[in-house]
Amino acid sequence: MVRINGEMNDASGKSIAQLLEALGYPPQRVAVELNMEIVPKAEYSETFVKDGDSVEIVRFVGGG
Amino acid sequence: MIPTYEEIYAALAERHGAELQKKLSTARTAVCGLGGLGSNIAVCLVRAGVGHVRIIDFDRVDISNINRQQYFLEQIGQYKTDALYEILKKINPYCEIVRTNVRLNGENIPEILGSEDIICEAFDDPEAKAELVNCVLERLPEKYLIAASGMAGLISANLIKTRKVAKRFYLSGDGESDVSEGTGLVSSRVMVCAAHQAHKAIQIINALSTT
Repeated sequence: MVRINGEMNDASGKSIAQLLEALGYPPQRVAVELNMEIVPKAEYSETFVKDGDSVEIVRFVGGG
Repeated sequence: MIPTYEEIYAALAERHGAELQKKLSTARTAVCGLGGLGSNIAVCLVRAGVGHVRIIDFDRVDISNINRQQYFLEQIGQYKTDALYEILKKINPYCEIVRTNVRLNGENIPEILGSEDIICEAFDDPEAKAELVNCVLERLPEKYLIAASGMAGLISANLIKTRKVAKRFYLSGDGESDVSEGTGLVSSRVMVCAAHQAHKAIQIINALSTT
C-alpha cells in the first residue's frame, strides 16, 4: 500500500503520471513529493511508487 | 519629520525583542506576485522590520485590484513594483526594497531568487504557482518556500491553514476554494491567507540562527 495525501491507496507499481491521472489531478497544477523529496516534473512518467512509499500531491487552485 | 533609522529600529526592538529584531533586520525575503496575497505579505514583512524584501511582478495596478490589494486609486496604471515600492517606503524608508519588474518563469527564477533566503509564492494563476514551486524545489532546494492555494470565496476563514509539506516547503490556504468557482476573491479572506504566509516567514526568520 502507498500513502497518498495521508490515505492508504493500492497504487503500488504505478507511475506518478498514472497516479495523477487516476486521481484526477491536472499535472500542470501540482507539485509532487515522494517520501518528502520533490519529484521533477520531467520524471513523472518514469518514477514508480512502491509499498511503503508516501506521496504528497499539492494541488494549486486559482486566486491570489 | 521622518524618524531616523535608529528610532524606528528601537521602536521595533521594543515590540519584538532585540534578538528577533536583529534577525528580522538581516533577513532576505522575496515576494513573487504583488496582488491580493503579495501586496499584503510585503506590507506585513516591512511593518515587522524585515530588512530586505524583493518585490516581483510584471503587471500594472488596475481598478479591479483595489478590493483586496494595498494600492491606492491614484496608483492605477503604475507598475505594481513601483506602486508597492512607494507604499513600503512610507512604512519604513530604511528597508531595502528591490523592485524586479519581470514575469517569472522556469528560466529566470534561479537567477532572480538565488540571493534570497525565504520565498513567498503569491501568484493567482494555478499553473504559474505550480511552475514557481516546482522550479524552486528542484533548482533552489536550500531556500525556504511558502506557497498558497485556496483562499477564494466567503466560506469560513478558519479553513485557511498553514502546513509543512516538506523540509523547507510550507503551504497556506484551504487547498480547495478556486477563484473560478463562486464569489471570487474577498479582501478579508485573501488577507487572512497573506497574513498566514507572512507569519510563517517571520517564524522561519525567528528560527534561523544568527551567524
